[in-house]
Amino acid sequence: MKAPFSGNRLIVLAGYLAVIVVAPLVSTRGYWLSLLCQIGITTIFALSFNMLLGQTGLLSFGHAVYFGLGAFATVHLLRAVHEHSWRFPVTLLPLAGGVAGLLFGIALGYVTTRRAGTTFAMISLGIGEMVAASSLMFPGFFGGEGGLSSNRVTSPGWFGITYGSPLQMYYLIAGWAFLSIVGMYLLTDTPLGRMANAVRDNPERAEFVGFDPQWVRYLMVVLAGFFAGVAGGLTALNYEIVTAETLSTATSGIVIMMAFVGGIGHFTGPIIGAALITVLRIAVAGITEAWPFYFGILFTVLVLYAPGGIAGIVAEHKRLYEAGQLGRALQDYLLGLLPFALCASGVITLVEMAYALANTSEPGSAPLHLFGLTLNAARPLGWAPPVIALTVGALLLRAISRRMAARRDTLYASLLQRQA
Amino acid sequence: MTAPALRLGNVCKSFGRTEIIRGVDLRVPEHERHAIIGPNGAGKSTLFNLISARFPVSSGTIELKGENVTGLRPFEIHRRGLSRSFQISNIFHNLSVFDNVRCAVLWPLGYRYSFWHRLSQLRDAAERADKIIEAIGLWRRRATPASRLSYAEQRALEIGITVAGGAEVILLDEPTAGMSHTETAEAVALIRRMTEGRTLVMVEHDMSVVFGLADRVSVLVYGQIIATGTPAEIRQDPAVREAYLGSGFADA
Repeated sequence: MKAPFSGNRLIVLAGYLAVIVVAPLVSTRGYWLSLLCQIGITTIFALSFNMLLGQTGLLSFGHAVYFGLGAFATVHLLRAVHEHSWRFPVTLLPLAGGVAGLLFGIALGYVTTRRAGTTFAMISLGIGEMVAASSLMFPGFFGGEGGLSSNRVTSPGWFGITYGSPLQMYYLIAGWAFLSIVGMYLLTDTPLGRMANAVRDNPERAEFVGFDPQWVRYLMVVLAGFFAGVAGGLTALNYEIVTAETLSTATSGIVIMMAFVGGIGHFTGPIIGAALITVLRIAVAGITEAWPFYFGILFTVLVLYAPGGIAGIVAEHKRLYEAGQLGRALQDYLLGLLPFALCASGVITLVEMAYALANTSEPGSAPLHLFGLTLNAARPLGWAPPVIALTVGALLLRAISRRMAARRDTLYASLLQRQA
Repeated sequence: MTAPALRLGNVCKSFGRTEIIRGVDLRVPEHERHAIIGPNGAGKSTLFNLISARFPVSSGTIELKGENVTGLRPFEIHRRGLSRSFQISNIFHNLSVFDNVRCAVLWPLGYRYSFWHRLSQLRDAAERADKIIEAIGLWRRRATPASRLSYAEQRALEIGITVAGGAEVILLDEPTAGMSHTETAEAVALIRRMTEGRTLVMVEHDMSVVFGLADRVSVLVYGQIIATGTPAEIRQDPAVREAYLGSGFADA
């Protein structure tokens, strides 16, 4: 039996481990650590979501159900540990979330996986709404509007590890994230993992090589539920409070975004997406109120022009590099930089002006500070420059992208010919 | 006397009020190569879909090696030793040729839904898949995604997936449809090799393929078998001649 990881993969894994160990040392500011904690949690969550979408071809609109129920299970166990003075190690508490996710996967997955495709998506949406609604109907279990809180420090702990400090909490999250990532990665190299791909590609053929596609989907939902539950458990410990928001459709939506932006066709995609979206959410939200709007734009543009997500873009450039075409592609990008900046500044100005206009209390005046300028959104003529910038930028970008697309087509045609 | 590999007893199928299969009886003994021919719309593909449980029968029984398999699901029938190919290539298009074939050997090797075996360490699965890939002549395309294969290559892969699991009864639905002469000759040689020692039932339009491969032939017309016999007998059968009048049967 060979070691589970060898060669390049071992290097990647060791590098990743090194990054998560060193990451908290980069900055001593509080928000840096809390950002890292969030990234760790969302990484597990997004990867577990992609076990369904990328690997099995199941688009779930209700994946937050497993995340949220895992979080509530963990906070309940934590409260019980306090109440009864149980000697339950906090280190293993996220496992309670995992088990809860697994059990709910067993219960709910049986219903959701009877069909794939749109039916699965709709049933997952329905169940997501049901669970979210019941979180307000049963305040005894879900804590009502205020949620449930607890204290993650339960005992003096061994060697001073109580998880009281944010740094210790970070390492708890990092450890579980590492184990979960390795676990989910290993799952892609199992008979079930490969048959999940087969069922995604062609459920009928899977049936004619001896597999029940429904059972394959069911097992994947149950296992994905486990990992989502672990992520939920970590959230409960990290914030020491769990509210109904953890299992809301908004949470289900953001994980779809993470997976898509990162790229559902590659294992690393959701890891990238989780980190990027988490950072952007905090960074952009700190700058502008209009951040959900920008997120919408980012998501739309990405799905339209790079359906493979960031991981797909990286993979494509690797192919370009191997074909010796990366330099020319970069030249194109350089050429596209100015039009892109024009477009972006046009969009940003328009969005910010709209927000300023909507939020002003004085008629005739909507001041706005942007790019070092002071604009007045209430002046109709002020809208002309950003509209012009956007139009000119977009036209230029279109011309450049056409050139690039033409060149790429000839390149791929020649690559295919060489292969044949 | 051993039970026949496949036995159909008065199998009927209607879609709504339209009767497509109207009482088919068929016995295919072990190790026989049996061809089902018939004019377009006779119900040949439907018959295959009934045998492989893609559709449920309206009435009648299907027995596989003496066991009644009527009403089972496709994967249950596959596990009992019947494997089929499709007229339109039905493959896992994002997976490599190797993975396509390997998926077909996992269940018979007993790995089933395992998430505790490391797929890349399963020597037996890899060796068996590689043997099949070599036999179907796709060794050079082993790592290519199935969607990038040429039409003939996809047809070969289709046969590879069908036989890889080691099923004793193989159903091939028009394995040479759309192929050129040379491709057809290669496909016939391939089918002959891959079904050695097994029972083969095939639907085929190309009469040279039918008469070259089949031990016995059944003729399906309007959902009923009007004749069964050796290729020589079928050629002489007046009812068959009538059914086929003017449809190129004379060329065979």
